[in-house]
Amino acid sequence: MEKKWEEMSAEEKREARFATWYAAEGVEFQSPEAEAMYKASVTRFKDTVLMEKTPDRVPIFPIGTFMQTDLYGVTPYECMYDYDKLVSTNKQFLLDYKPDYYGSPAFIGSGKILEILEFQQYRWPGHGVSKNSGYQCVEGEYMKAEDYPSLIDDPSDFWLRTWIPRVFGTLAPLANLAPLTWLWEIVAVSGLTVPYGIPDVQNALKALLEAGNEAMVWFQKIQAFEMEAKGMGFPTAMGGAAKAPYDILADTLRGTRGIMTDLYRRPEMVSKAMERITPLQIKQGVGMATMAGNPMVFMPLHKGADGFLSDEQFRTFYWPPLKDVILGIASEGCVPFLFCEGSFNTRLKYLEELPRGSCFWIFDRTDMAKAKELIGDKICIGGNVPAGLLLTGTPEQVKAYCKELIDVAGKGGGFIMATGTGMDEGKPDTLHAMIDFTREYGVYR
Amino acid sequence: MAGELVKLLSELKEQEALNFVEKALAEGVDPMELLGDARDGMNIVGQKFATEEYFIPDLVFSGEVLKGIVKILEPHLKKDEKTERLGKVVIGTAAGDIHDIGKDLVVFMLDVNGFEVHDLGIDVPAQKFVDTIKETGSKVVGLSGFLTLAFQSMKDTVDAITEAGLRDDLKIMIGGGQIDEQVRSYTGADAYGKDAMEAVKLAKGWIGGR
Repeated sequence: MEKKWEEMSAEEKREARFATWYAAEGVEFQSPEAEAMYKASVTRFKDTVLMEKTPDRVPIFPIGTFMQTDLYGVTPYECMYDYDKLVSTNKQFLLDYKPDYYGSPAFIGSGKILEILEFQQYRWPGHGVSKNSGYQCVEGEYMKAEDYPSLIDDPSDFWLRTWIPRVFGTLAPLANLAPLTWLWEIVAVSGLTVPYGIPDVQNALKALLEAGNEAMVWFQKIQAFEMEAKGMGFPTAMGGAAKAPYDILADTLRGTRGIMTDLYRRPEMVSKAMERITPLQIKQGVGMATMAGNPMVFMPLHKGADGFLSDEQFRTFYWPPLKDVILGIASEGCVPFLFCEGSFNTRLKYLEELPRGSCFWIFDRTDMAKAKELIGDKICIGGNVPAGLLLTGTPEQVKAYCKELIDVAGKGGGFIMATGTGMDEGKPDTLHAMIDFTREYGVYR
Repeated sequence: MAGELVKLLSELKEQEALNFVEKALAEGVDPMELLGDARDGMNIVGQKFATEEYFIPDLVFSGEVLKGIVKILEPHLKKDEKTERLGKVVIGTAAGDIHDIGKDLVVFMLDVNGFEVHDLGIDVPAQKFVDTIKETGSKVVGLSGFLTLAFQSMKDTVDAITEAGLRDDLKIMIGGGQIDEQVRSYTGADAYGKDAMEAVKLAKGWIGGR
């Protein structure tokens, strides 16, 4: 008899999750070759990240945001407003470039939805930045220093009634709602329904309905693309998503300057807030991966890079909650995918604490030889192909760079050929060089 | 008592530094002397950053402490007392890019190291750089950019400066997320720096300094 999920060990859960990814239930493969390619790519990824055996060759994963569409002259603006164009160019990209894995166009999002909700935290193409630019974050203290107690007390309530009203212009009236947990038994029902009668609140809810309608249109296109991409033989290497608890504070809530002053003025609040955020990130990462049927949990890391914190601050604030999230996600059989922007040279010594095959790291500007030496025997690494080289270099330079990476960081497996950053733009000859060269040279014999 | 503020600020002791300034003012200490001490304190912060004893949060927080000190001193200061500066640097985030954290750190470090910095802000068109170079007569320009689209904007800015006939005795440095030697060569800038300290080193090398 099959074991119940809750009785399984972390390894058994992981096997089960990989089996689901491999099986690709519901996917109609376009040919037996497509199915074989899909399954070979999943197996290659599994062998590479779990460090159990040497894969057949180095997996190739050029990570792009607007790159796939930029290659065909489609602007970021068009991507965010014309979903058909977004997915058709993403499909063309797979046909022309044949990476092993696709990066989901879901990452792009809908400009219409952002407009309906009057999203304040980013500017997006045609809305505060040029139609040729990707979206860009607007730094700000979306959570005030004095909000720590309410965040710590009840994060969901803080999100609903404080953060969301600040970050979405049309949802500002939601600040008038009563906490949802005030709703208990018959005596509370009528009174707690009153805020939903306030005209401003009703308008906010109407905006949400409108956004929801648009989201369905958008999602159907994305979903159709994802099924087709798999059917063509391309798996994705992203299932769920989560963030380092410190980055939730530093990016999402307090902003870079806000969190940096908090480290001095209210360090105990920072730690307490992260204690509350940690289980939420584990739940989100695992929950999304389960929905997606893909064990990879994408975790973009930002404010823990070299220079952004002292060693002591990193070891006090950044690392312990991040490590808890990584281990928490891994213990549910998922595989955290640390997308590590900037450089992490002074942080590598902490990564040695991670169990074998528990996660994998895509580095940006980290010294890959050093990373391979320190953690490469038990943790899969990848990335480091520079955006500058891909956009302004020659195919020969790119090949030489990739060769060096495969020779040094790819030795014996546990290496993924990937861009060091989510590319907004692309150049055909250098990208082809990266992909085609690796396919040929990256074979393990 | 002299030097106490230098120490408190350079050790990032916010409350003690602010209390000290309040107390010193009440005791009749010259506010200009306190401002000078604060500047010396910031200079030590800059040195500690250069030697990797301090990191970005320390820089950001020292700026916060300084803001608090200046706020207390301001009503007591006479207007337009200018300190001697090493030279002028024009700086800004290249067109199309609205990121400013890295640029602000460079501005900060140039400032505490004695440069007169003309900060043009974010998403700065090439022409704005050209105009400001003409107005200020600055010999050093810094271009910042986080996104890859900034590569082209930086190149366009360098080209615009050249076309305006200003390139010959001018030095241009670039920096930001994905900037490296490859990108420097593409843009036609003179140098790139990987952090704020390198910007200071480059500027000092070009226009001299302590």
